[in-house]
Amino acid sequence: MATQQTRLLGKFAVSPSVAVLFLWMIVPLSMTIYFSFLRYNLLDPNAACSILSPGQLLDSANRCMAGFNNYKFFLTDPKFFQAMGNSLILVGWVLGISVVGGTLLALLLDQAFYGRGIVRIMMIAPFLVMPTVSALVWQNMLMDPVSGFFATVFKGLGLQPIDWFTNYPMTSVVIMVAWQWVPFATLILLTSLQSLDGEQKEAAEMDGTPPLAFFWYITLPHLIRPMTVVILIETIFLLNVFAEIYVTGTGGRAGNLPFLVYQYGLISNDIGGASAGGIVAVILANIVAFFLMRMIGKNLEG
Amino acid sequence: MARRESVKRKIIVTIFAWAIGLTVFFPILWTVLTSFKTEGDAINIAGFFSTGWTTEAYSVVQERSNYMKFAMNSVILALGSTLLALVIAIPSAWAMAFAPGKRTKDLLMWMLSTKMMPPVGALIPIYLIFRDLGLLDTRGGIIIVLMLLNLPIIIWMLYTYFKEIPGEILEASRMDGASLGKEIFYVLTPMALPGIASTLLLNIILAWNEAFWTLALTTIDAAPLTQFIASYSSPEGLFWAKLSAASTMAIAPIIILGWFAQKQLVRGLTFGAVK
Repeated sequence: MATQQTRLLGKFAVSPSVAVLFLWMIVPLSMTIYFSFLRYNLLDPNAACSILSPGQLLDSANRCMAGFNNYKFFLTDPKFFQAMGNSLILVGWVLGISVVGGTLLALLLDQAFYGRGIVRIMMIAPFLVMPTVSALVWQNMLMDPVSGFFATVFKGLGLQPIDWFTNYPMTSVVIMVAWQWVPFATLILLTSLQSLDGEQKEAAEMDGTPPLAFFWYITLPHLIRPMTVVILIETIFLLNVFAEIYVTGTGGRAGNLPFLVYQYGLISNDIGGASAGGIVAVILANIVAFFLMRMIGKNLEG
Repeated sequence: MARRESVKRKIIVTIFAWAIGLTVFFPILWTVLTSFKTEGDAINIAGFFSTGWTTEAYSVVQERSNYMKFAMNSVILALGSTLLALVIAIPSAWAMAFAPGKRTKDLLMWMLSTKMMPPVGALIPIYLIFRDLGLLDTRGGIIIVLMLLNLPIIIWMLYTYFKEIPGEILEASRMDGASLGKEIFYVLTPMALPGIASTLLLNIILAWNEAFWTLALTTIDAAPLTQFIASYSSPEGLFWAKLSAASTMAIAPIIILGWFAQKQLVRGLTFGAVK
């Protein structure tokens, strides 16, 4: 249908965005790969090379080549395993809570009741809150072990208040992040629920289908596709959670991969190590992305 | 009889739903309420409702850290990056929707996959490039980063909207001798206005809340509200009423915008995959 000329125009029109995205991807990535093979400290770029061992290779800016040492160092750092574990825990738990919680909340919002519009808005609101704000509010006003809201309620019930961020840093971060992302899942699953055929519902009601069976055989299959969308999009964002950990200062024990790389780079100024960590993170994300893209790619065909 | 039954059911569901809705909303509600307390009353939760209300915290916050400056930066960064991205994205989305090639689907997938790259992988080079070009803590620099960050999503959203517009209308305008620019700006854009508006809204929200790059690349001059709030995490600055007032001021604009754009929000983020 499109003529030769429009095809050409199309290529021309699409090129600016392809060009900037390509640059945005390739320039930092190649620099990161290069840095990851250097012994490169931002504060003192030449110090590491002051004592030259025989056979030491230098690059054009006289920086020491480090070979795979940065990778060796990063991958054997106990913090790496901890960060990796924390990343997986965070993504896994929040995804699980979002899908299950989102489905339940969406089912609730799909019922008829008074003030549905207002309740829907209240349930969506956490998604709109800036991560830094959410982190501070949860950490201080809700989870503070002395005068936080939860502590006050616990004391009122005669229970020992929980010191959330000291004793359960990972659980606290999961709760905080889940609070932000469950509303997103709810919103998308609700939209999908509302497109479910009303006649099917009526027919099932007339036949006396038990609600649980209806949910299992009709509703759930209908929700599979929006669920994959929720999983795809949330995974992208959850793998990169940073502000919540940075602001609450839980990086020591609940730090994930992005936080560890940040620590290497902008706190220890070890550019080589941070770059190696960045590349490890990119590789891991690509493995996840590969599966996710196949999944959503299939879904978008339909 | 059945009718009374259903009214009863509706009331039970109403109570249940409101209880859950208020629970989910509670942290925000609590923040707003606390912002109208004195510092002393703010930490006395047991007697929360028996003490007075005041707007003192707001004036203190305003005095201490210039809210308007941070807010202006947030507005400029969010609007600037989104508008810039739209200018680049509209022709691309037009091409993909109306002059698709064999590889259009792959191209879209590739664009989305750039969002998969963890920002930490790009942080150090971008930081160094920005430092050498003098772009650190400048609005222009952050606008470019935020634009690139959201460009794939914007293209994808526009593409799904454009696909619903019949191509014949565009072809007719072309027959009448309209140039590509005229076709896009006088024919396509007005027809796709609702879609473009919702793309704009969603991306303003995403850019407004973006915290990784804004925290890493700004300090003072270009610092948006994410920095404004982060400055309240230092122990000496931690007073709940002030923290609450600052938080309320930081999230209020976007929550209000988000409420108006509820429907658009869903359509946008699902990439058209949910009907």
